[in-house]
Amino acid sequence: MTNSIPEFEDAKCVLITGSNTSEAHPMIGTRIMRAKEKGAQVIVVDPRTTQMSMMADLHLKQQPGTDVAWLNGVMQVIISEGLADQEFIKERTEGYEDLEAAVEKYTPEYVEEISGIPAEQLRQAAKMYAEAERASIVYAMGITQHTSGVDNVLSCANLAMLTGNVGRPSTGVNPLRGQNNVQGACDLGGLPNVYPGYQSVADPEVNHKFEEAWETELPDEVGLTVVEMVELAGTGEVKAMYVMGENPLVADADINHARESMKNLDFLVVQDLFLSETAEIADVVLPAASYAEKSGTFTATDRRVQLVHPAIDPVGESKPDWEIIQLLAEKMDAPGFDFASPEEIMDEIAALTPIYGGFSHKRLSNGNVLHWPCLSEDHPGTPYLHKGTFSRGLGKFHGIDFTEPAESTDETYPLILTTGRIMFHFHTGTMSRRSEKLNQEVSEAYVEMHPKDAEQIGLNGEKKVKVSSRRGEIKLAARVTDRIKPGVVFIPFHFAEAAANALTNSAFDPIAKIPEYKVCAVRVEAV
Amino acid sequence: MDYSNTQTICPFCGCGCALNLEVVDGEIVGVLPANDHPVGRGSLCIKGWNAHSFVQHEDRLKTPLIREDGDLREASWEEALELVADKLGSIKSEHGPDAVGVLASAKCTNEENYLLQKFSRAVIGTNNVDHCARL
Repeated sequence: MTNSIPEFEDAKCVLITGSNTSEAHPMIGTRIMRAKEKGAQVIVVDPRTTQMSMMADLHLKQQPGTDVAWLNGVMQVIISEGLADQEFIKERTEGYEDLEAAVEKYTPEYVEEISGIPAEQLRQAAKMYAEAERASIVYAMGITQHTSGVDNVLSCANLAMLTGNVGRPSTGVNPLRGQNNVQGACDLGGLPNVYPGYQSVADPEVNHKFEEAWETELPDEVGLTVVEMVELAGTGEVKAMYVMGENPLVADADINHARESMKNLDFLVVQDLFLSETAEIADVVLPAASYAEKSGTFTATDRRVQLVHPAIDPVGESKPDWEIIQLLAEKMDAPGFDFASPEEIMDEIAALTPIYGGFSHKRLSNGNVLHWPCLSEDHPGTPYLHKGTFSRGLGKFHGIDFTEPAESTDETYPLILTTGRIMFHFHTGTMSRRSEKLNQEVSEAYVEMHPKDAEQIGLNGEKKVKVSSRRGEIKLAARVTDRIKPGVVFIPFHFAEAAANALTNSAFDPIAKIPEYKVCAVRVEAV
Repeated sequence: MDYSNTQTICPFCGCGCALNLEVVDGEIVGVLPANDHPVGRGSLCIKGWNAHSFVQHEDRLKTPLIREDGDLREASWEEALELVADKLGSIKSEHGPDAVGVLASAKCTNEENYLLQKFSRAVIGTNNVDHCARL
């Protein structure tokens, strides 16, 4: 997020898209509702009706996979009505001409043809966002999990810059991260192209710095993403995988294919709390301690770094993940893993990672709320980014054209499937489905479909259906509801026994390598 | 009765709410919100209120497991780590470091993710390290 969570409360307009905020990020949903109580206008752009869309001033229901089109349409209206922030564009940005040329043809009427959003609603949304004194964009995986994911994100950034809604409190472009430390895993170099702090592995100076610090030679070629690793496991180029606390055989797109690929590995190690679907096919499974049994830090979606404290001893013989890695490194005679505690690891992180340079467990234990970049021990942290200047200097507009999703419907697969989360469960369900109370709320998978589509297949009331795509099929309960657009169905992906990802398309964005979970063609039949 | 109350951070979504784990005689019995936290401000969502309930679940893995004749059997840490070190070492020397892929975790701590990517880059010698941010 460019801005911090408490700032939402003072926004004058919040534009939410591809985020079921009150279910997937409830405490952020609450903040946005507070903003609304204080007079903010809320716009939701989503193919589904959610709690947020019901309280919103405007709900635009786009056809899944048409986000660049409607975002360009919003910008076309803003430019043609003279609502762009000319001063911000002149002083803080470059490439405006590219944007202007690219969005020119996206008139509300043209956008309606592509996205299904009524032209008049699009005009209203554009004015509501552009005329607000402080407007904030909120998105989640509904924007990123597309073959056009990068284009979608750049379009959100274009819109914020066009109206000067960056670099000030209660504005910004705010992606909501779905897992408690997905931000930290990225920050600390759990990515194939960057060391901790987004320092490029291909930059000779950076590489040299880490080689000196770690006293070894380091590779300077960008590595494989998870999607590519699994693919190359199937072809035999990747021989071994080491998986710490992840469950790709439920979380990956097209999991039937992923399972075949990973079974082809010569050696698979999984380190986890439970015997997950991925651990079931492993050669070695290592028992890890949970969050409640260790110390360290997590980084929230708004770059807020916070301490974790152990409440109990590790269960059974399980060990904290840092200890396991340390023991393994020692077995392999590797130097540089001799840490007495996570606190000492953080000291090494701070020494090598400029954006984390001011963090230490001691400083964090004093109740300080600190957001990175926090460059030194006396740096106050950064609740909102891009004040006065962008990290690259001028903000760059990108002129972007709409492209169709990778898969389209046909006679055999006439409906569009989109996936997501529900209030009571988390990701692949390994934790939340073992909670008696959460499981009582929702214990089995279901597909939401519109009454018109249910009628088409002769479905009356709640019944079992089979949903199939070009890649697989699952059986699950049908929930017939007008919360979803006709022609679109929704399945939560938490349920391994009726896994939505048996159906999803693994086609991915060419830059971010993120699969297109949010659009695939399916057929639903009564069984 | 031995009671303790430890403030930590919720394991679920990215909001980063603080919560207090209540422990009675070594068993986590409940969760309380943290009044002074800037996000929760004394509230939690239903997942947060239940963040204790899977921790001591009977399904927790309690020992390392090694596959033998098709099935997973219990093993000691020494045996399991020896096997992992041997196998990763031999695959690296036979097929090169890029024949190994490593997945870090959006559920583990910053310190653990730092250490695993360091292990991948400095010990295995590959930048094939990623996690499920995309998934």
